[in-house]
Amino acid sequence: MRREDLIEATVAILTKAETTLSPWVMAMIKEAAEKESNPIARSQLEAILENVDIASSEGVPLCQDTGLPVFHLEIGRDIRVPPFLEEAMAEGVRRATKTIPLRPNAVDPLTRKNTSDNTGRGMPDLIIDLVPGDALRITAFPKGAGSENASFLSMLNPADDPLDYVAQEVAKRAGRACAPVFVGVGIGGTFDLAPRLAKRALFNMPGYSDLELDLLSRINEIGPGPMGLGGMATALAVKIETNLCHTASLPVAVNLQCWANRSATATVRDEGWNID
Amino acid sequence: MEHRLKTPITKEDVLALRAGDLVWISGTVYTARDKVHALFRSGKELPVDLAGAVIYHCGPLIRNDVVLSAGPTTSGRVARYTKDVVSRGARLIVGKGGISEESEALRGKAAYLAYPGGCGALAARHLRVKKLHLPDLGMAEGLWELEAFDLGPMIVATDSFGDDLYREAKRSKKEIKKT
Repeated sequence: MRREDLIEATVAILTKAETTLSPWVMAMIKEAAEKESNPIARSQLEAILENVDIASSEGVPLCQDTGLPVFHLEIGRDIRVPPFLEEAMAEGVRRATKTIPLRPNAVDPLTRKNTSDNTGRGMPDLIIDLVPGDALRITAFPKGAGSENASFLSMLNPADDPLDYVAQEVAKRAGRACAPVFVGVGIGGTFDLAPRLAKRALFNMPGYSDLELDLLSRINEIGPGPMGLGGMATALAVKIETNLCHTASLPVAVNLQCWANRSATATVRDEGWNID
Repeated sequence: MEHRLKTPITKEDVLALRAGDLVWISGTVYTARDKVHALFRSGKELPVDLAGAVIYHCGPLIRNDVVLSAGPTTSGRVARYTKDVVSRGARLIVGKGGISEESEALRGKAAYLAYPGGCGALAARHLRVKKLHLPDLGMAEGLWELEAFDLGPMIVATDSFGDDLYREAKRSKKEIKKT
């Protein structure tokens, strides 16, 4: 695998993710706009659709919060992981910060000093899964602070109803998370595993199980609608990931994603790379 | 009702706005996030006069003085400074997500407008850079003086009479559920 390929692929998927939305995400927002009877709510959804059109045609970031650089790496078990993997991806983020451009968002949590290029300790964030195959798949998943700040984790009592808890909390928080939102739910595991399940739920969006559709309609029954201003669409989709947990525990985590569910994927092999 | 306002915003302009109305703004708009709001509270002298001003909760993406993307940031983070902003004379606060818990600070003096969250590319078409004050704070946190051209439509989410769409949205869903 060539270092330059990895850098180019990183820049390419960040550019696509920041300036366009996946067709399935657009279709969900369009459908929500058509169903909406509240005129204020409809105006918010129509503004979103117009905004994405402008961003795509002008090649500019659709939201000024270009997020923190989060990547999902699916590493084929048959590849030799290059020693420059993390370094090349950081270089890709630095280049993308200049070329797209991205807003420099990454700061030291205590001094609040900005590194100016979206990289540094822990950034980019690489979330790694091992998969069958001889390729490396990289998905850029830039994460803005509005929806990240509204995400949450709770160690519930096993006697509690986790789905009711999630519906109530999401309804309370979605207005500040740029609703309509995508709701990634992680149930089970340990204290730190539940939020990782919630994050992976966002990678595996949307969910269509009975449980997921039921939670979605519960959220939309009580939620405050687009941008919290009233209306029907508080959430567009729910995905639930579960793991076993301790018999005495019930960890529940929710990673919220604003309507700008930005992602793009590339496949990198020894002989080159291509965008999916 | 629809309102096309020009800065500076007068008290009469504000009193004519009711929750649910639509607003377009032309004139000067100042961006302010967490760090600038802390300065508003500090009582220090600032390079801008907020009398009749529009404060935009926004950390824009700007390159070579061209606004590329400039939607609103979450107002909840700076809601606690509403009183400071209003007492410096600001008449309109633009953001997303609301400042419901501080809406009393607006009463009789100012209003809160919601711009659709995440719509940075759309907003950028209606904004030009006039000047960056406090550049040491960086691109997102700096105090940008922007010229707005028919920026909108924004929704009057919290008016100067205490009506608040966010509170209303929570209440109306509960009422529907009960019936």
